[in-house]
Formats: sequence, structure tokens, C-alpha cells
Amino acid sequence: MSHKIISREQLSENVFAIDVTAELIASAAKPGQFIILAINSEYSERIPLTIAGCDTEKGTIRLIWQRLGKTTAELADLKVGETIENIAGPLGKPTHLENFGLVVCVGGGIGNAPLLPIATALKKQGNKIISILGARNKELLILEKEFAAISDELIVTTDDGSYGRKALVTEPLKEICQRKQKPDKVFVIGPTIMMKFCCEVTRQFAVPTDVSLNTIMVDGTGMCGGCRVEIDGKPKFVCVDGPEFDGHKVNFDLMLKRLNAYKNNEQKALEQYKNHKCKIGLDKKKSPDSNGGEII
Amino acid sequence: MTEQKRQQLLDELLEKQKQGQLKPADRFAIPCQAMPQQDAMERRNNVEEVTTGYSETQARLEAFRCLGCKTAPCVAGCPVRINIKDFITAIADGEFAKALGIIKENSLLPAVCGRVCPQEVQCQEKCTVGLKFKDVNKAVSIGRLERFVADWGAEQNEKDVPKIAAKTKMKVAIIGSGPGSIVAAADTARAGHDVTVFEAFHKPGGVMVYGIPEFRLPKKIVQKEIDVLEEMGVKIIRNFIVGRTRTIEQLMSEDGFDAVYIGVGAGLPSFMGIQGESLVGVYSANEYLTRANLMKAYKFGNGSDTPIIRAKKIAVVGGGNVAMDCARMALRLGAEKVYLLYRRTEKEMPARVEEVHHAKEEGVEFHTLQSPQKIIGDENSCVKAVECIKYQLGEPDESGRRRPVAIENSEFTIDLDAVIIAIGNGANPLIGQTTPNLKLNKWGNIIVDENCKTSIDGVWAGGDIVLGSATVILAMGQGRAAAVAINKYLSEKLSERSGDN
Repeated sequence: MSHKIISREQLSENVFAIDVTAELIASAAKPGQFIILAINSEYSERIPLTIAGCDTEKGTIRLIWQRLGKTTAELADLKVGETIENIAGPLGKPTHLENFGLVVCVGGGIGNAPLLPIATALKKQGNKIISILGARNKELLILEKEFAAISDELIVTTDDGSYGRKALVTEPLKEICQRKQKPDKVFVIGPTIMMKFCCEVTRQFAVPTDVSLNTIMVDGTGMCGGCRVEIDGKPKFVCVDGPEFDGHKVNFDLMLKRLNAYKNNEQKALEQYKNHKCKIGLDKKKSPDSNGGEII
Repeated sequence: MTEQKRQQLLDELLEKQKQGQLKPADRFAIPCQAMPQQDAMERRNNVEEVTTGYSETQARLEAFRCLGCKTAPCVAGCPVRINIKDFITAIADGEFAKALGIIKENSLLPAVCGRVCPQEVQCQEKCTVGLKFKDVNKAVSIGRLERFVADWGAEQNEKDVPKIAAKTKMKVAIIGSGPGSIVAAADTARAGHDVTVFEAFHKPGGVMVYGIPEFRLPKKIVQKEIDVLEEMGVKIIRNFIVGRTRTIEQLMSEDGFDAVYIGVGAGLPSFMGIQGESLVGVYSANEYLTRANLMKAYKFGNGSDTPIIRAKKIAVVGGGNVAMDCARMALRLGAEKVYLLYRRTEKEMPARVEEVHHAKEEGVEFHTLQSPQKIIGDENSCVKAVECIKYQLGEPDESGRRRPVAIENSEFTIDLDAVIIAIGNGANPLIGQTTPNLKLNKWGNIIVDENCKTSIDGVWAGGDIVLGSATVILAMGQGRAAAVAINKYLSEKLSERSGDN
């Protein structure tokens, strides 16, 4: 049973969104969960992507990703009507939702995508939502309108000041923590390094902070242990114990190192893929890829 | 012994048999037939199967070594009670199709079992010939003969699809597609039920596909068994995670399944709990083997997108078959030094003697009575070395094996690029967490009765998720036992329904 791409959008130079058929996953998925896909059963690797939304009527799920390595580049080259052979899910524990009171949702880069269903659900639970969305520049900011619709207050930051406030997300986060009404809960989804620094801010103010980790995985069902992270000094599996954890307990430094385990391999695979595409004339417009090893 | 000499010997034996003069002494005099195999130094560089299988003459000679004991003690040693004596007699007679038919009465996967069953502690342990020579290695090679017949059958290219009883319209869900599940699916499909297998991975076959390497169990053999299931009308749904995509409760109350068999395997790798286990380059055996086998990482950059660390110096911790598989796979992935670290001695190793032997032949270095107590990383958090400690054997523990005791101040380090932890698996928590009322023991394994029935009506379970860690054949035995119970349960349900009407 393969999965057909119903619609496709390019959100920025390297960020893409598709709606793809996956009826069972769409009806079972809850905010915070993810899927694992393999484009082709014979040669593809399995990669985890967070579910950015579901349409239970159409039986589709929405995936948003950044083109970084070979698999994400190949995924970006798929057109409407083409298929992904394997999508398994929903995986991971759903987000714990309740009425916390004042909740700050911090999204960085394409972390905004998985954050949106969580923020939406939190709003429905009666929480007051302050959203902070960060991006390197205006071009790379995604889902601003969608967040504006569900947020009581929305703050946008860019690294270069090309849009919103010229700052890192940690700045407004700190200011909000210093306000008279301190947040009751913070959710952060974005690059690992951003989550690390957000947690350092909220730790100072003792605000409980959940982060969603996106590690390297193979099966996604607890079988391989490749996704293990250190939480409070103990190994936990992101796929079955997470993906959300108390950010104040995560060993981010070790996680960052583990994310780079296959960086050289990834680079090699991507170059091979680009060369191959050039040869068959698919790659008309050459696209510079980000040099990070991380896929959020 | 050359093939010509073997043929000569076989002719002599056949002639004696014809004359009615074949004595047990003649049978004892036949040399044990060694399994032909690829040269060790050659095979450590390829993923092709290590053993290449008996020739027809070899198989018949080995079969002639069987005394045909009236009591057939070997059968009692087989978890699925294959009629060993009769299938071996058929091989000696050159009636291979008949031999295959006899095996298939009890075992659905002879090509698999002939390769991976630990015969030396099952059927062959009881063999009278082995007992006579006081050496289990001189028992009749029942496993190799089983494999011979199965491979012969495959070469004939005749698809042997079992007959299916009249359709019952009862629906059976089989969770997982490993050996136990394949048997449970086949046996319930044969009874006419509508059977669906749910597999979490994108390829069915379970441990036979992700775990046991190609060089020990070629994947085309497993694929053939899956093909047979599909030809029997069994539906196989891939990428379906029971507990997440649908729960067991949903399968039964909303999707109309009348019975469920849980055969999801153990599938939660154990780590040692030592410092440095999360460093880059530390793998669980499951991850290492899944990358290498299922995802074909040995072809990375040339037909596979899944990478694996190509370590030059690597240590495997553990002494079971999985540890041997990892060590031998590491060689094939280009390791120059592969150390096998084990706390006890070779005698206590749970791995099959044959696997230990093959691993040593290929150049795996065995370091017994030592185990890591710390993994040391470099500035990039990549594995640099392990700090080990030496052990000596103390009093026997509850498993009967002598307990390893650490020797104080015996620490030493080994420089390495990668470490594979192959010390077993715990129970995967997914089904347990999402199935209220399913009774588990303190280790998270599912509790079943003698018919493999769980605490929930209509739900059975077998294999590693029940037994902890077992073998392909034990999982198959449980799959079969559960199928018998499921078929009985469903026929009772059917007659109740027709009674209601």
C-alpha cells in the first residue's frame, strides 16, 4: 500500500510541505506524534518526520521537512501524484495536553511545523498561548499566519532582522519569563541547539519546559535503540519513551554529537544523488544545501 | 573424500542393502559428511551464504548413517516432533520429494530450521549414533539433511501451496511476521479463516529478515515462505504498528477480527548500564544488524541509502548467536580487528558451537573472562577505547552456569572505533502499554497458558514476547500450538453462531 502525494508546496528555498494519503495514520495520530518513511522499499533509508497535520476526511497527513541530505532531497523532488512506498505510524507518545494556564510555544525553523498542532490543541484546552517563532531570515519563516490565528500573542524573530525582531528566540522568551505573570509551561521545538538554549533560559525561572527530540532512528518502535538520549543521566529511547521530554533533563550536548554520527556518509550520499540528477538532467536549478547535519 | 569415492561407497551400501546384508557396523563405518562451505578468508569479504549444502550423494551417505532406531529418540528432541526417522530413510532411498512431504507435516519452514536450529541440543543430542561415539558432533546431521531436502524442493521450482479448507469468514489477526507468526498464519489460513498479518517494518519476515544475516540465512528463502503465505490468501499489511496504527481492542471491536495472535518478538535491546554507552559508535546488536541486513548498509552508496559506521577495530560484547552474527558482519563490513568480549568462558557461551567455530575461522578474536566497564570517547564523543575488567568463574547461578566474578584491579583498555552490545533483549513495551487487561510478568513478557492463550479472550501470544529469548523453532512451536487453539476456538464460535441462527 503506497502513499500518494495529493498536494505539494515549497514553503521556502529548502522547506517543503506535502499532503500524502495515509488514512489509518490520519485517523489515529495525535499532536506530538511522528511517522517513519522510506521512499523506496529496496534502497531507501528510513527517516522520522513529525506529523504537521491531519485531514481525517481526506485521509491525508501533512509532512513538512527541510532539504538537507539525500533522502530529504529525493522527497523534495517527488511530484503530486507520485508515491512514497512506506509510511509507518503514528509513532511516539502523544503530547500531554491539559489546561496549564499561560503557555509559551517556541518554534525554530521547521520546528514550527510539528509545533502547530500542539499549540492548536493547547489553545482548545483553554490555555493562553504566546507563540515565539524564530527563523534565520524572513524567507525561511513558515506558518506565521497559522500561528497568528491561534495565539493570544505572537512574536517573530529573525537572526538577520529581515523581519520581526532581530534576535534569537531566547531573548523574548527570557523577557516573558520575567513578566509579572510567569508562564506555567513552555514547549520548544526547533534545532537541538535552540532547544538547549531555551531550556537554559527557562531553567533560571523554574518554568517547566517540554522539548520534542528528533534523533536518528531506524525502526521507530523501540527495537534498535539508535535514538537513545540521556535523560537525567539515564538512557531513554526517543521513539517509545518520547519524542517529548522534560527539556531540563536532556543531555543536549551528547544528542548533538549523536546527530552527527553519519554526517560524512550523508554528504557523500547527497553528492551522489545530485550528480546522478545532473546526469539525467533533472537538476535544472542547483540548490545550495544547508550544511547542518540535522533534520527537524 | 572425493565425490567419486562417495558415489562408490553409496553404491556399495545400496548393494548391501539390496542383499539384505546391511549391518549397523556398516552404517557406523560411514564417515560423517562434512558441510561444504566457502573458504573462511574468502567469505569474510562477502555476504554470500557460508555453507553451501550437501550434494545428493553426501546427503544419501549421511542418511545411511541413521540406524532407524525403533524408538526414534531424535523425535523427542525436536520441538515440533518432525518424523525424523522416516524422512531420513526416504533420503537414503533417494526419495527426496517424499522426505520433504514428511518434514512438512510438522514444519512449515524446513529451509530455515535446517539452517538455524540448534540441532546439537535438540534432535541430534538424542541421536543413538552420536551417543555410541560419545560425541554429539558425530550424530547423524539431521539439520543438514533437513536443509538438503528443503533446498532440493526449492530447486524443483514447484510451489507447494497447502490446501485450504472451506472458507469460514472468521477473521484472524497475526501481529508480527517472524517464524512463529508465519506458522500461526499458515495454520489458521489452512483451516479456512480469513487471515491478515500486520508487520511494523516495510518488509515481512521478522528476525529472519532484520536480524539473522544473509550469510547464515539467505533472504530469498524467507521471501519464498512469505510468497507461499500470500498465495494461500493471507494478507500481509506492512508498516502497520499494532498499538499505534490500531490497537488490539480496535482490531477486535471495530475491525471485526475474531482472534488475534501476538508474535511481535522481544525487540527492546538491553544495554549494560555502563558509562559511555551513548557515545557515537556504540550500537545495540539490533541496530547494527538491522542496518546491515534489512537496510543493506553493506551496499551504502551503491544501492542502499542507509549508512553504518565502518569500524576498523570493533568489539562485540556477548556470547550468543547474535553476538557471533554481529562479529562476523563487522568483518564483512571491513573491520580489521573484531574482538568478542565475554564475561564467562567459551564453555558457557549460549551460541551454537558451529557459529563459534565459523566466527573463529573467519578471524574473530575471542576474549573471554573479560567485559567492558566503561566506554571511552574522544573529543567528538566518538568511541576511542573500552576499559575492561577481568573475571573468574565462581559458583553456579540459577541458570546452572558458573557466575563470573570480577577480579579487583584487573582493569585494562582496548583501543576501538566501535562497540556492539549483544547481551539480549527485553520485552517491547508497545503492545503492553496499549492493551489494557493484557497480563504481563515482571519483565514485561506476556503471560500465556499451555495453549498460548493470554489473559484476554480471543488473544493468543507466542515466541520471544512470551519466552523472553528463544529460537526460531520454539517460536514456530508456539505459533503452531496457538493456531490449534485458535482454530478450536473459532470452530466453537462458528457452531455457536449457526446455533443462534
